[in-house]
Amino acid sequence: MNREIPRIGVYVCHCGMNIAPQVDVEQVAGFAGRLEHVVVARDYKFMCSNPGQELIEDDIKAHNLNRVVVASCSPRMHEATFRKACQKAGLSPYNFQMANIREQASWVTADSGRATAKAKDLVAAAVRRVAFHHPLQTRQVEVNKSVLVIGGGIAGIQAAISAADAGYKVYLVEREPSIGGHMAKFDKTFPTLDCAACIMTPKTVIAGQHENIELLTYCEVVGLEGFVGNYKARILKKPRYVDEDKCTGCGTCMEKCPTRKIPSGFEENLTFRPAIYSPFPQAVPKTPVIDADNCRLLAKNKRCGVCAKFCEADAIDFNQEPRHLEITVGAVIVATGFSAFDPSPMVQYGYGLYPEVYTSLQFERLNNATGPTAGRILMKDGRVPRKVAIIHCVGSRDKNHLPYCSRVCCMYSLKFSHLVREKTGAEVWSFYIDMRSPGKLYEEFYNRVQAEGVHLVRGKVAMVTDIVDQPGSGNLTVVAENTLTGRNLRLPVDMVILSVGLQPARGAEEVARMTGISTDGDGWFTELHAKLAPVNTPTAGIFLAGCCQGPKDIPDTVAQAMAAAGQATALLAKGTVETQAEISSIDPDTCSGCRSCLEVCPYNAIYFDEGRRVAVVNDALCQGCGSCAATCPSSAAAVAQFNDRQVMAEIDAILA
Amino acid sequence: MDASFEPKIIALVCNWCTYTAADLAGTSRLKYPANVRLVRLMCTGMIDVKYVIKAFLEGADGVFIGGCHPGDCHYINGNLKARKRIRSVGSILENFGFDPGRLTLQWIGASEGPEFARHMTEFVDTIKKLGPNPIKTRMIL
Repeated sequence: MNREIPRIGVYVCHCGMNIAPQVDVEQVAGFAGRLEHVVVARDYKFMCSNPGQELIEDDIKAHNLNRVVVASCSPRMHEATFRKACQKAGLSPYNFQMANIREQASWVTADSGRATAKAKDLVAAAVRRVAFHHPLQTRQVEVNKSVLVIGGGIAGIQAAISAADAGYKVYLVEREPSIGGHMAKFDKTFPTLDCAACIMTPKTVIAGQHENIELLTYCEVVGLEGFVGNYKARILKKPRYVDEDKCTGCGTCMEKCPTRKIPSGFEENLTFRPAIYSPFPQAVPKTPVIDADNCRLLAKNKRCGVCAKFCEADAIDFNQEPRHLEITVGAVIVATGFSAFDPSPMVQYGYGLYPEVYTSLQFERLNNATGPTAGRILMKDGRVPRKVAIIHCVGSRDKNHLPYCSRVCCMYSLKFSHLVREKTGAEVWSFYIDMRSPGKLYEEFYNRVQAEGVHLVRGKVAMVTDIVDQPGSGNLTVVAENTLTGRNLRLPVDMVILSVGLQPARGAEEVARMTGISTDGDGWFTELHAKLAPVNTPTAGIFLAGCCQGPKDIPDTVAQAMAAAGQATALLAKGTVETQAEISSIDPDTCSGCRSCLEVCPYNAIYFDEGRRVAVVNDALCQGCGSCAATCPSSAAAVAQFNDRQVMAEIDAILA
Repeated sequence: MDASFEPKIIALVCNWCTYTAADLAGTSRLKYPANVRLVRLMCTGMIDVKYVIKAFLEGADGVFIGGCHPGDCHYINGNLKARKRIRSVGSILENFGFDPGRLTLQWIGASEGPEFARHMTEFVDTIKKLGPNPIKTRMIL
């Protein structure tokens, strides 16, 4: 096959008006026609269209082509399309090469002549290279029919339920003692004002009871290796000090625990919890955990064990140790969510300094029937506020903090406005930069809240101070500019709510590293394609759901979770995956047995055959990174489709 | 410096980060000089030093290597191996009379389209200042 004389067809795409006229496609096709081994060269309006693909297929048959080059867009876009067209006409899909003259020439080059010259070079490189292509072998390997979901917020819960309903085993890993994530803290949800618990609790219960879902709470994924269809995850099971099988969730231990003054994270530090705790009453699972850092017995080595004494089920076990579990899954859904922006660095807003300045999450708890005030909006002194200010874009759309719009804050601020008006009748002043209410029924909700008599002021708040202009009018003063009237404003208020933005979850970086997902400049996980592959990642079998990919509201999160589950289950349903062809091999006739490759292989995919004294690639483990090829002093190691002759041919042609 | 000098630059870039950033620069219609020709590789870790030497011997005025940020490598640590190799080849080039500034290694992540365009513009500028590859005007080997 290597010896056959190349007969190459070259197809230059106009991509409508995207490549032509900036690149003179006729000239490029004419140039390609004169290159060595090129039998036919054409230009066509849309190569990816059906007639475009048929053009290739017909030419392969009519001209007996054995190599094809398409000069069009990025191979990340249409390489699969054209490979399939080659295959349909009986040609190996690997006897194909793309020249990217759209993303790399027409779209980025101001001068048309230079764009055309660059396109010619790229086509020449592809033609020279494809002559050295040859058919490659792949294998079908079985897919493990289970899914790992990392993160137990609404995204992870929904993804787990969807995948489990499709009949697949799901491991749902959550680092906190219970599932629910941020949504479990909310009171109402915009724009419908559904009670968050009413729509969330059924989901957590289903996830907890589903026969196909194994909840791994108070666990963290600490390692992930393998490849699509066969991932091995290492999971750290942190000690709960409570036996999950014995515990009945009666809650006596929590009542009796003598250590009671630990700020409750679930309650956003508005109240306290004991050392043995369950984050909230409806938590799934109900099994509490002992906070080892604050437990009298575990942390301070004092005589206590009160919880154990009162536990009728004998479930307390102070001797639990961290354990590591290993599971094998076919697909992974990453749903690690977000963390709320901490407004402490924005000292002008007085968070942490003035007791009546709250973050939005704290206000959610203040509103929540299960929260510290049983859902009554009260100040710390127990009074009902008469005037409340809400400050939008705290952290968001701010070059010093989060440059992006956090998308949900305008809407939840409107929700807060409504709730304050409804529950207290207080005057509400909401300070916004731009009001953003895109979404089904969102604009309508905005109009409704406006009609409820909320003061909406366009302007960023300069500061919140406790310097009160008129005694008795409020304990805080909000200083702002109303940019619509051009007037400065000093507004006395009783309470300030900071609508903080969203940022990637704590630990997102480690998750990205472990799963091989790249992050954007702000730390959000990057999807494979912004529009056409929003839940996929560059690594096959790893999918994204929810806020880990960027700020989004609950409807979008749930939609994305279902999409990720759909993608994952489609992969599992297929049953097998084709191994990648672009992997390394070592020519035993050239290998000198120096073993340099064994040292650089990141996958331990190379072993040394003592009998033949040569290095051998295990093709089930090799990922095709080419570390061995670049290291091999005798050029015995090579990655298929990226071997020396192919890469050198490309360089040669460009510089010819 | 010859104002009309238009260098030819080979860019060896990894599929996952820098190539994707180049695609993003394209999709965002960012303009940058047309002097750079991308050669797509799966990982910078597969760049054999002979590709770099070959490019210079064939007359490339500059060689740009673009990979994932440390820690972001799709293959765990190929980019770090590349960094080690590129450092060593840099010193070899100097011995043969090539300015080491003609070779650069940069980390450009998949979402960094504007950074890709900026790096291209800056590197073309650097090479323009260095002038044509000396191999075109005098014997080196």
